[in-house]
Amino acid sequence: MPDDLKGVAARGRDKKAEAGQDVDLNQYSRQGGDWAYDEQYQGFDAAERSHLLKAGIELTDEEHAATFFQADRAVMHCKVSQPGVEVLPITEALARYEWLTDYYWRLVAPDSDKYTAQTALDLDNGYFIRALPGAKIAYPVETCLYIRTEGLAQHVHNIVIAEPESELNVITGCTTHPGVKAGLHLGISEFYVKAGARVNFTMVHNWGSDIHVRPRSAILVEEKGTFISNYILLKPVKSVQMDPLVRLTGTGAVTTLQSIVVAHPDTELDLGSRVYLEAPQTRAEVIARSVTTGGKSISRGHLVGKFPDVKAHLECQGLILSETGIIHAIPELSGEVAGVEMSHEAAVGKIAQEEIEYLMARGLDEDEAASTIVRGFLSIKIEGLPLALEEEIERTIREARKGL
Amino acid sequence: MLQIEDLWVTIEDKEVLKGINLKIQTGETHILFGKNGSGKSTLLMTLMGFARYKVVQGRILFKGTDITQMPTYERARLGLGLAFQRPPTIRGVKTLDLLQVCSGKGRPAAEALAFDYDFENFLEREINYGFSGGEIKKSELLQLLAQDPALVLLDEPESGVDLENLQMVGEIIRRLLQKERRRADRDKSGLIITHTGFILNYLNADKGHVMCDGQIACHGIPREILEHIKEQGYEECVRCLTISKE
Repeated sequence: MPDDLKGVAARGRDKKAEAGQDVDLNQYSRQGGDWAYDEQYQGFDAAERSHLLKAGIELTDEEHAATFFQADRAVMHCKVSQPGVEVLPITEALARYEWLTDYYWRLVAPDSDKYTAQTALDLDNGYFIRALPGAKIAYPVETCLYIRTEGLAQHVHNIVIAEPESELNVITGCTTHPGVKAGLHLGISEFYVKAGARVNFTMVHNWGSDIHVRPRSAILVEEKGTFISNYILLKPVKSVQMDPLVRLTGTGAVTTLQSIVVAHPDTELDLGSRVYLEAPQTRAEVIARSVTTGGKSISRGHLVGKFPDVKAHLECQGLILSETGIIHAIPELSGEVAGVEMSHEAAVGKIAQEEIEYLMARGLDEDEAASTIVRGFLSIKIEGLPLALEEEIERTIREARKGL
Repeated sequence: MLQIEDLWVTIEDKEVLKGINLKIQTGETHILFGKNGSGKSTLLMTLMGFARYKVVQGRILFKGTDITQMPTYERARLGLGLAFQRPPTIRGVKTLDLLQVCSGKGRPAAEALAFDYDFENFLEREINYGFSGGEIKKSELLQLLAQDPALVLLDEPESGVDLENLQMVGEIIRRLLQKERRRADRDKSGLIITHTGFILNYLNADKGHVMCDGQIACHGIPREILEHIKEQGYEECVRCLTISKE
């Protein structure tokens, strides 16, 4: 990393984030986690495998365009199985490609807050994914960021580049070893969706009950590019705070951001989505659904129309399933020129009695009816998703829902 | 099959049903007439046991069991089935899933039913989401077919249905009520709310009742009642009820 970046990062070292509870970085270990490379995924027992599956990680190279697996600080597996896509550990990619500095820390500033600063100053690794121009990569690229050691802080930086007219599907599972309770995950992600390219990014979080998570993501979408993101968090975690920014900078760029999250007791979620519509005919849709069973869920959304003739819609819906949970929806719209068309709807409440009774009239008891409605509320349906990816998301949600 | 004795019901402390008595024998179909707000829908909702409808007096016997305090799902399992007039939308849940819940059987049974009535394109759609009025009715009736209830409760099954689909709605109701069988062989009963009386073109109903201000004002032969209402309107029923009260 160039010295000037380090200098910039150092300035942010003590800067608290604007949202989310402050995490003391000194509480976490930077030792251990030197796992060996595992070509055949042999180092995982049955319990660990089934746990990883709940985050969508199958530990196989089959039916994947490429796979990347980082445990703690070490890359244990990284393999490309299809032409047209490149996947490397970010440290290796930075060493190999000088031009990558044009992408590294260009969308997220290293001095944004103490978490970005810490990651810039003391990087573990992360993934570099690049779809080559015109390559249509049907199978998903599967990546996993895994905390395997108790009390560890994991520092990750990812870069995803979809070259012009390419298509790329990425599934990222972020999870902890079933035995790990406490830990910290810091993750920088920078996405570049170039002209006419299409990226489907699905992220599943399945952390431990005492894990703090601070992702910092930004996405740049050029002319006629499409960025679709699905975020799924159904299991207990201590706190997650993130507010990814999508910039639609090219004419006709489109983004859809969907999230389904559950705030369990003692969980604190502060999740946002920001979209800047900076070019003609750009479109954005943000759909955030959250459920609380006792935890706190802040659901932010901010659409900024900077150009006439843009359209965007924001939907925040919350279901409160317990006496004590909190859902705080903060939808925001900023129109900076005339001619923008932006709207939002937000609704927070309990399950409609009318819906429960409707299902009860068909023979379901009250609990069955309620859980059917909650499952429906948390299901994601996205048009135009490749079948394999759709099945994988379905499977992931099904696994993750168990025990909800 | 069904016996309602001196039923008084309130909604949010407002008296809506005021002493309903009604008896439906096995195999019989009864028609409920009455103008808007007379309590027809309330009666059906109360029979299904929804929470808003508080029984303050009287009781409901179904197949000899007192179901007045029974939860909705137990009534459904016992054989009461209601086609809603305006059912809610349930996002994210497929119509197919609901049909499977209704039939208690697997996917093939639900799919076969949908196929019979040209509804297979709706199976993957979310329940009632973006359905037209007619599609909602059809969906409700198919759910009942899958459920196969002993007592069929229909709340204005014709409303919002276009002419083309009206016949199919009539046919499904005939099937629900086993109208193809001889009267003595039927073991299903029905209680149907209708404004237009269209259903009488598809089946012979045994008895008709006119509801007025929370009471059953009169009984009779359904076709005759319908003719009467068409000619003189419900005002005549109101007058008639006033006279009988005096």
